[in-house]
Amino acid sequence: MTPPSASKRTARKTAARSKAKNGVKEKTAPKRSGKAGNMSVIKIGQMNKWYGDFHVLRDINLEVYEGERIVICGPSGSGKSTLIRCINRLEVHHKGCIIVNNTELTSDLKNLETIRKNVGMVFQSFNLFPHLTVLENCTLGPIWVHKMPQAEAEALAMEYLERVRIPEQAGKYPGQLSGGQQQRVAIARSLCMKPNIMLFDEPTSALDPEMIKEVLDTMIELAETGMTMLVVTHEMGFANKVADRVIFMDEGQIVEQNEPEAFFNNPQSDRTKSFLSQILGH
Amino acid sequence: MAPQRSQSARGYVAKVSLPALPPPIGTSGLIGWLRQNLFYNLTNSLMTIFTVVLLWLLVSSASGWFVIDAVMQAGSKQECLKIDSGACWAVIGKRIEQFMFGFYPEAERWRPLVCFLLLFVAIGPLLLPSFPARRQMLWFSAIYPVLTGVLLLGGAFGLPPVKTALFGGFMLTLIVGVTGIAASLPLGILLALGRQSKLLAVRTLSVMFIEFMRGVPLITLLFVASTMLNYFLPPGTHFDLLLRVLIMVTFFSAAYIAEVIRGGLQAIPAGQYEAAQSIGLNYWQTTRLVTLPQALKISIPGIVNTFIGLYKDTTLVIVIGLLDPLGIGRAALADANWNGLSNEIYLFVALFFFVSCFAMSRYSLWLEKRLATEHR
Repeated sequence: MTPPSASKRTARKTAARSKAKNGVKEKTAPKRSGKAGNMSVIKIGQMNKWYGDFHVLRDINLEVYEGERIVICGPSGSGKSTLIRCINRLEVHHKGCIIVNNTELTSDLKNLETIRKNVGMVFQSFNLFPHLTVLENCTLGPIWVHKMPQAEAEALAMEYLERVRIPEQAGKYPGQLSGGQQQRVAIARSLCMKPNIMLFDEPTSALDPEMIKEVLDTMIELAETGMTMLVVTHEMGFANKVADRVIFMDEGQIVEQNEPEAFFNNPQSDRTKSFLSQILGH
Repeated sequence: MAPQRSQSARGYVAKVSLPALPPPIGTSGLIGWLRQNLFYNLTNSLMTIFTVVLLWLLVSSASGWFVIDAVMQAGSKQECLKIDSGACWAVIGKRIEQFMFGFYPEAERWRPLVCFLLLFVAIGPLLLPSFPARRQMLWFSAIYPVLTGVLLLGGAFGLPPVKTALFGGFMLTLIVGVTGIAASLPLGILLALGRQSKLLAVRTLSVMFIEFMRGVPLITLLFVASTMLNYFLPPGTHFDLLLRVLIMVTFFSAAYIAEVIRGGLQAIPAGQYEAAQSIGLNYWQTTRLVTLPQALKISIPGIVNTFIGLYKDTTLVIVIGLLDPLGIGRAALADANWNGLSNEIYLFVALFFFVSCFAMSRYSLWLEKRLATEHR
């Protein structure tokens, strides 16, 4: 038996599994918003994408409501990352439509800028700017995109750095921080733009078990503020605890989506079943 | 396997927290440094002794010709030989003004001198972030080229005009070198960005420019500047030769700089562009604030390498009749009084270039260190 502190990740997975088996509700789970707002902030219709000849995303239909927390999971190469990267047009879709905050994503740069201002993104590899201090990383967007005065931007950045609990690192460079700290700075950097939607692309996949917890805790706190979140992750414990909806993707398609309880307890498709048994089975 | 040791070490637990002790004698401080660097082991010690002996032999034999037997004051080579057997540095003393200013009119030589002194005031705020009142001084850096132009050429504010054909010596080297360096960096950056542009027309033009400039020897470009350009220009247009040289040298070096910076840009991970885009920065903001500063930092050694090359290549202007320090040296050698003193003259010119280039090299090392944020 692994000691609990050594691998929270395993522990969480075990919890998820046991819950999946017994259907016991976790007491610590934050209140789910359900479909909090009935205003849809993201609407994806019949969306398709190709990489060269390879058909990565096939007929994706998805509607996300304000304040909803969605976890996207699936085997690697299933198109999860590509899907959320299409939402702020880091990837271009070829067919169908994506509407974010009532603006359709097209090649029109004006629309794109408005959308990117309101959609934050956190990457697997943090992607902090290594030549800037933590504080400068956070103030860059507000100063240049929102044209905020420097003092105001710094105050804002410190507020969010406090929220992710690393205000004391503000003067350091990213290279001097641990992976978990870097990822929390990346979250703060996105939040400084005051987005209404946050995208997370496997935010904990490059981290050690101890650091995974600190980042997930930050994300849970963020979820409690009512932020609309789309999270690509393999952290099933997180999905269980926070998500309003879990989406399972395979071969570029959304194969299954459901509330976490039903998703883990009673998966419908065979592919979901085999995926869950693999990811929770150790 | 070491059974006894593992027996005693097994189960070892520190019972008290041990205080930090100073390192053993001879591993730190001056003695430690000497031991680590000069007398680490037998081979290292032998190499040290060998080097010291070699240096001693070199210095003791060279110092005779260079310093001890050298002649500082004399009227001609014959006089030098009568006084002592060493170097005849007197030729440098006699010709120093020509080495500095070429044939710039004697009464007006204060003008290039002022320009030279102001050069430090102009580049200081660009190179040193701790320069006093840097923000305000950058304005001076911006007007410096115009100021220098007016001062050197004259013809305004009551300054008598001076033809560029009279420019020469170190002054010419500095004009061509500094202009080339200052103008080719921004042009090179634009070309590097152009070469990576998504717009096909911009990309094609950049590639054509870079490949053409890089594929032709500088000497050819200088010949084109001095002779062939006349065929392309409408008859009767006067286009100053020095200006043509400046343009050619700038274009030539910009092509190299562009390739160096392109290498730096390609080393920036795609994630940096994506992160910048995801917080809403547009192309120019992303370039200016995120990717270019990092790319330039990586490219510093290559950029300075190119600049040093350019600086020394300014001596090629001699082939189209401009009197750079080597040209002035030749003129001195042609003087019957100083005939045959090529050692002294070429060593002096070499020293000038070495000092300039070594300074650039040290500055780039300092800059690299200052900008290293990864593992501070």
